[in-house]
Amino acid sequence: MHSVTAVFDMTGGQVSLDRRSVLRGVDLTICAGEVVAVLGANGSGKSTLIRALLGLTPLSGGQTLLYGRPPARFREWWRVGYVPQRLQIGGGVPATVREVVASGRIARQRRLRPTTEADRQAVERALEAVSLADRAGDSVQNLSGGQQQRVLIARALAGEPDTYVMDEPTAGVDADSQHLLADTLSALVRDGRTIVLVAHELGPLEPIITRGILIRDGVIAHDGVPPRPEGECAKPGHEHVHPHAEEPVTGPLAGWRAEA
Amino acid sequence: MIEILQLPFMQRAVIAALLVGLCAPLVGTFIVQRRLALLGDGIGHVALTGVALGFLTGTAPVLTAVLVSVIGAVAIELVRARGRTSGDVALALLFYGGIAGGVMLISIAPGGSNAKLTSYLFGAIASVTAEDLWVIGALAVAVIAMVVVFGRELFVLCQDEEVAKASGLPVRFLSLLIAVTAALTVVIAMRVVGLLLVSALMVIPVATSQQFTRGFRATMLLSMVFGVIAAVGGLLSSTFSVKVPPGAAIVLLALAGFVLALVVGRFVRRGRGRTRESHS
Repeated sequence: MHSVTAVFDMTGGQVSLDRRSVLRGVDLTICAGEVVAVLGANGSGKSTLIRALLGLTPLSGGQTLLYGRPPARFREWWRVGYVPQRLQIGGGVPATVREVVASGRIARQRRLRPTTEADRQAVERALEAVSLADRAGDSVQNLSGGQQQRVLIARALAGEPDTYVMDEPTAGVDADSQHLLADTLSALVRDGRTIVLVAHELGPLEPIITRGILIRDGVIAHDGVPPRPEGECAKPGHEHVHPHAEEPVTGPLAGWRAEA
Repeated sequence: MIEILQLPFMQRAVIAALLVGLCAPLVGTFIVQRRLALLGDGIGHVALTGVALGFLTGTAPVLTAVLVSVIGAVAIELVRARGRTSGDVALALLFYGGIAGGVMLISIAPGGSNAKLTSYLFGAIASVTAEDLWVIGALAVAVIAMVVVFGRELFVLCQDEEVAKASGLPVRFLSLLIAVTAALTVVIAMRVVGLLLVSALMVIPVATSQQFTRGFRATMLLSMVFGVIAAVGGLLSSTFSVKVPPGAAIVLLALAGFVLALVVGRFVRRGRGRTRESHS
């Protein structure tokens, strides 16, 4: 069913930051085509987990493999698209939406080779996918938070990777942008891409998620179908807004099975 | 007025100013984006030790300055990448060490005095020799070549170091490359504006062009235009009329340009806002 090599394969993963243990003994295998949501409270270690999967945060114990190789020896970086939590703004020099999105092609480009037609087309498609084609010439600094998040996603889309790793793509994003993101991700899922995303709450993304991983205090507390609202998120005091509440509830796999 | 441009020393000065005006903002754009606006200052301090070392050993000060400032730049980059909280202090130690080292070395150099350092601290563009000009020219070619070859990667790095890493870019190498390129630029600019004012030409033209631009490439190119105008214009104005040393004239012209851009830029942006509203 799955391809021979897992996309991510972590065994006994441990991470310590400033002598504080953040991840403890994480075993996690993610295969091609999975759509995984990493859930958990703030500070539970969910962002650290995905960063460790990519080798951005070094492990203090255990090991992790990226397409079968340790991140330090991994070479096929064009296969992975990383969407950080937010655009780093404030460096001072402006950059246009198109410049930032086009930089997502970097893993597919070679030094001294000019930008190709394929590069340009991929950038156009990415801009269209996040509905920012009309803002391509604007400075990213002048966009709203939700639009900036879309720029980051478009940058990953432009690289046309097999696997997307997204850190809180829905955080601080307005409802319209969330629905747009859900549509974009659905299309990727239909194409058989692998998606690993960190989320505080799933919102409109819920129907496309095939697997939920709940991190609590640095360990995997739950791994399987996404925790239903009546479980994790229906605790007293948890303000929950479901823009899709009136629509029929779909199962975790229904979204893409219907398409297949 | 034109005759003065036919004098060989003046021709050398204009060429040197032109090269500095091109290179300093080019590298400065990446440095400002990385929030390392003071990197040039730091390297400038360290380069002073290199200049004094040149006098001490009887080597061309420009060459020893290249050597020492590249070592200094690499050290600064390593401190930046490693240290988290003590980075500021470590950098400061390096800066003051650079100045003190320069003063110490020049005092033990045969016939050396602090007065000799002054022309490097504040620039002495009229005394640029043909040999200086060859070194400056070669360094300028190296700096421009580095940006042409690695520009795309440097842009990604300066936007977000983690994304650069997750794109498989050699992050450590590229960071060192920026530091080394900055060091070379400092040496290029040393004779023109002086080590104490080097950073001004890396930062001010970039800040000026940002008042008009929306993109990174546009900012970079426009800042090079402003850099050349300030460097050549400052040099010429100091020679022809104003009794101000060229280094200071260049920086003051660049600053005046920034203030002007601040005012004009506001009107430009307001005009743009209006066109967008009328379009939508």
